[in-house]
Amino acid sequence: MPWDRNRMAARAAEELEDGMYVNLGIGIPTLVANYTGDKDITLQSENGMLGMGPFPLEGHEDADLINAGKQTITELARTSYFDSASSFGMIRGGKIAAAILGAMEVAENGDLANWMIPGKLVKGMGGAMDLVAGVGRVIVVMDHTNKHGESKLLKQCTLPLTGKAVVNRIITNLGVLDVVEGGLKIIDCADGVSEEELRTATKATIV
Amino acid sequence: MNKTYDTAAEALDGVLTDGMLIAAGGFGLCGIPELLISAIRNAGTRDLTIASNNAGVDGFGLGMLLESRQVRKMISSYVGENAEFMRQYLSGELELEFNPQGTLAERMRAGGCGIPGFYTRTGVGTVIAEGKENKLFDGEEYILERGIVADLSIVKAWKADDTGNLIFRKTARNFNPPAAMCGRICIAEVEEIVPRGTLDPDHVHLPGIYVHRLVQGTHEKRIEQRTTRKMEKV
Repeated sequence: MPWDRNRMAARAAEELEDGMYVNLGIGIPTLVANYTGDKDITLQSENGMLGMGPFPLEGHEDADLINAGKQTITELARTSYFDSASSFGMIRGGKIAAAILGAMEVAENGDLANWMIPGKLVKGMGGAMDLVAGVGRVIVVMDHTNKHGESKLLKQCTLPLTGKAVVNRIITNLGVLDVVEGGLKIIDCADGVSEEELRTATKATIV
Repeated sequence: MNKTYDTAAEALDGVLTDGMLIAAGGFGLCGIPELLISAIRNAGTRDLTIASNNAGVDGFGLGMLLESRQVRKMISSYVGENAEFMRQYLSGELELEFNPQGTLAERMRAGGCGIPGFYTRTGVGTVIAEGKENKLFDGEEYILERGIVADLSIVKAWKADDTGNLIFRKTARNFNPPAAMCGRICIAEVEEIVPRGTLDPDHVHLPGIYVHRLVQGTHEKRIEQRTTRKMEKV
């Protein structure tokens, strides 16, 4: 059985270490916060907050307190607020240990594409280019294949890049792979997925 | 020194010209200068270039100025929530310059600090780097980005004293300080203006030197994505 969204998020949470400052992207990466257990993790929201808390209870929403996905959130005892220039100062300055984000394509050299499909509506890159260029470690969480069943792990990206040679680790529904010299290295297979199946489903070079 | 004006329209008097560059604070609909945006709409100023992380939503925030065709160009990082924006952009009526979010914030900060350009790794090897000077520092590639100096900055804060010292509230701070800094003239709208001596000087987020005009008003503060959780069972 390949991993579902929650199992992928749980696997991604294993990447985080006690004391880390981390930025989580929208989608499956957001679920990672549910699986950090006893680890002391501080979440950054790039619109200007460290120490992001859970969604508020109904009736406790505050228009002045949102995350980077524009959802209402809450603060914690450790929370601090700052402006966008400071926020991206800490991102660009390498103070954020890791970013976990989704992707459309990842190439075997770590190139990442996740912000635009030519000919389709382009909404913008938001903070994605800054994050992947700046943080200590970039972990991609995504389905292994697209809706046509084609590998999203490629020799070269076909879509416009978000960052060049920026990805460190990829967690998919089929397993975990690292970007290493010469291609991708299999670190883990999902439960019941064989290494052979993982290789067959992957277009990128596996070393 | 009197920086306080009674209405947003009065605060804007004499500073609006067609074709000007405006830097606006806010992230999504959080911390946007909604009163000043409404007043600019009423003033009818045209051919505006607006540097703002987002472009509002249909009919609210900067979406109002798009609806009234007052904007020629947007400099933004994300514009996803606005159908009218997309319609004008796809039909070629509206120009759009995408900036990575941190690059946009730093362009504003730098412009306000007298820094005409800076090198960043953000966007290296992507379309953002096209046409930009690049340079190796310690073996790593960086691209040159320009500081932004705006003709006018419009920002929203929580509290001000009458000298223009500003305090923001929670994540409504966002782009407001860098946007304020990069304007030749900056107008701030706030929820409350208090007498000087009331704010703790150690708690001022943006010193009044950056703020030329002030207006107090009531804000709608619309929520874009109201998200809640259920009470946990004990």
